[in-house]
Amino acid sequence: MSPAALKDAALTALVALALFAPLVGLRTDVAPAGGLYLRQRWDDVAILVALAFAARLALLAWRGQRRLPTASTAPGWWEAPLRRLGALAAPLLLAVAVLLPLGAFSWDLGAFAIPAVTGRYELDLGILVLTYVMLGWGLNIVVGLAGLLDLGYVAFYAVGAYSYALLATHFGWSFWLCLPLAGILAAFWGVLLGFPVLRLRGDYLAIVTLAFGEIIRILLVNWVSLTGGPNGIGGIPRPTFFGLTFSLSGGPGTFAGFFGIEPDPSHRVVFLYYLILGLALLTNWVSIRLRRQPLGRAWEALREDEIACRALGINITVTKLTAFAIGAMFGGFAGAFFATRQAFVSPESFTFIESAIILAIVVLGGMGSQIGVAVAALVMIGGFELFRDLQEWRMLVFGAAMVAIMVLRPRGLVASRTPTVTLTGRKRAISGELVGEGHG
Amino acid sequence: MAEARADAAAPPAGRDLILEVRELTMRFGGLLAVDQVSFAADRGRITALIGPNGAGKTTVFNCITGFYRPTAGAILLRDAAGGVAELQGRPGHRIARAGVARTFQNTRLFPGMTALENLLVAQHVPLMAATGFGIGAVLGLSRYPRAERAAIEKARAWLDATGLLDRADDPAGALPYGAQRRLEIARAMCTEPILLCLDEPAAGLNPRESEELSALLLAIRDGQAAGRGRGCSILLIEHDMGVVMRISDRVVVLDHGRKIADGTPEQVRADPKVIAAYLGEGDEGEEDAA
Repeated sequence: MSPAALKDAALTALVALALFAPLVGLRTDVAPAGGLYLRQRWDDVAILVALAFAARLALLAWRGQRRLPTASTAPGWWEAPLRRLGALAAPLLLAVAVLLPLGAFSWDLGAFAIPAVTGRYELDLGILVLTYVMLGWGLNIVVGLAGLLDLGYVAFYAVGAYSYALLATHFGWSFWLCLPLAGILAAFWGVLLGFPVLRLRGDYLAIVTLAFGEIIRILLVNWVSLTGGPNGIGGIPRPTFFGLTFSLSGGPGTFAGFFGIEPDPSHRVVFLYYLILGLALLTNWVSIRLRRQPLGRAWEALREDEIACRALGINITVTKLTAFAIGAMFGGFAGAFFATRQAFVSPESFTFIESAIILAIVVLGGMGSQIGVAVAALVMIGGFELFRDLQEWRMLVFGAAMVAIMVLRPRGLVASRTPTVTLTGRKRAISGELVGEGHG
Repeated sequence: MAEARADAAAPPAGRDLILEVRELTMRFGGLLAVDQVSFAADRGRITALIGPNGAGKTTVFNCITGFYRPTAGAILLRDAAGGVAELQGRPGHRIARAGVARTFQNTRLFPGMTALENLLVAQHVPLMAATGFGIGAVLGLSRYPRAERAAIEKARAWLDATGLLDRADDPAGALPYGAQRRLEIARAMCTEPILLCLDEPAAGLNPRESEELSALLLAIRDGQAAGRGRGCSILLIEHDMGVVMRISDRVVVLDHGRKIADGTPEQVRADPKVIAAYLGEGDEGEEDAA
């Protein structure tokens, strides 16, 4: 233990003492008599200061032992096993996602009687997670593939939700007709946003997209005659199963009545679950396919080097706009689903924090990685629920987890890029250090 | 300058020009980077643009390839059928589609994509048309698979021609410097250009690599590389005089934004104005006498 390290640790302890003495050491409490009194907790302060001292020493010792980091473009030793695990994880996650609602019912299979294991809560949580998986995959097209930093993605989610809400309540159109319309309208707004920001890069692009998200929200709040303002739009029709409603009456026009089963409120939840699962998988399928197409390759090339793209005859304007439009379209689909699930939309659901969460999912998952984004959505949205018991400490845990991931895996969970095509047929991962992050 | 103007107005009989630059001027604010430069490049030949640092070579290049919009002047591209396209003021990607491909002084590859992917991005325009502009390909309903196989075959041929076949699936950013330079030329050639513009292709190469580069450029000129069959005119900027004198059919010399010489390598090498530009100005009297 060098004296320098001891001195450094002592300094840390001093700072900790200065901080914790007023924060922890002195606490006002209500006395039994009713008045306030100052409770002194110096033993707690001593423990915290000692912890800070020890932690600083440990950190210095660890740093001292560590060799200088060697720059390398080769993937780390953990990449290969992780990749194999990842190849296994994708089908596993999909199987769990598909089978989850079946657990909501009890099955009587002759000899076996399987009780219901998942309840309404798990299914609702599953729907929420899948919505964010879908939004993450949609934003991944814009941010992960095309490298355009979009901080206002929630605007397209809002456009989709309000499109469905307005079309369904004013014209009584069915969900299946409104769903593509909501997507098209969101894509249209994506292009509208895309045009003015074509020349912007990096921070400037982020600021304008951020402003765009806020403009849409403020518009929704203030255009009271159309959107109902802060009161939102209620009474949005629920989706139907090929025209069959999920009414509990069990009549001939209902799902339960048609199939001759006992009406159960969980039918609708299960239907909604499979609906969002299908939409999310559609998003995934389209992005995976597009990535192997010239358009997807042009997006990735744009992220790597815009000037080189121009020299190769790629129309940058069109390529950027398609990325904005297709990403926005999936946001619109998710929005329409959100509206039909909640049966109520209001501007409160489309605040900046939503954009930030979706972007965090994409960045944590590893930009451009489909499975990474899905896992990140599960961890972030599921983790939020898991730590609900921690109450106000929840945000602290969340923040600490973010910091930990950014320190340990600065390029996200899946940092490497898989080539879209090979000559040898063996796809070797490309280290994230070589892959561009986009300039805006 | 009189000679240059006569050249532009009526090209001498027997010269089949692919590119004509007429009185090109590029001004950045108060700085006159290129001052009324006129020259022409012959079809199926290698034309070199040389000059000391800051002579305006890269600026001329950027005007030809659409990265700068020239202040004045005309740039004409003639295809084999005799059609003439005016390049000045067109956006960069339209010039690339007209048949002008370029490389950059500092290589600009897509470092996170494999060598093969780099060459496929270069074939974006025909591939995109084959996909039915994206929609057909997503649904799997088009002639895209065949077009992609053809594109991969073309990429394989160019990887072979540039000696990169065994590195095809390696990320471009992980290739050694010389290989990156060759890959950039292969990528430019995958756009099926009629004029290939190279900005200092030999910079940073060792003598052996420069030798290989010269052979590659001659093969591209004669259409022997990658089984293309069709020759390609080349315009190059180069500081390596060994490469320039060995492979160029014509050399244009710029100095301080003006053209000071234009001719065969032998003529240019003997030109006192060129020697003065490279070795420093001589006395006024000396130059007049020359």
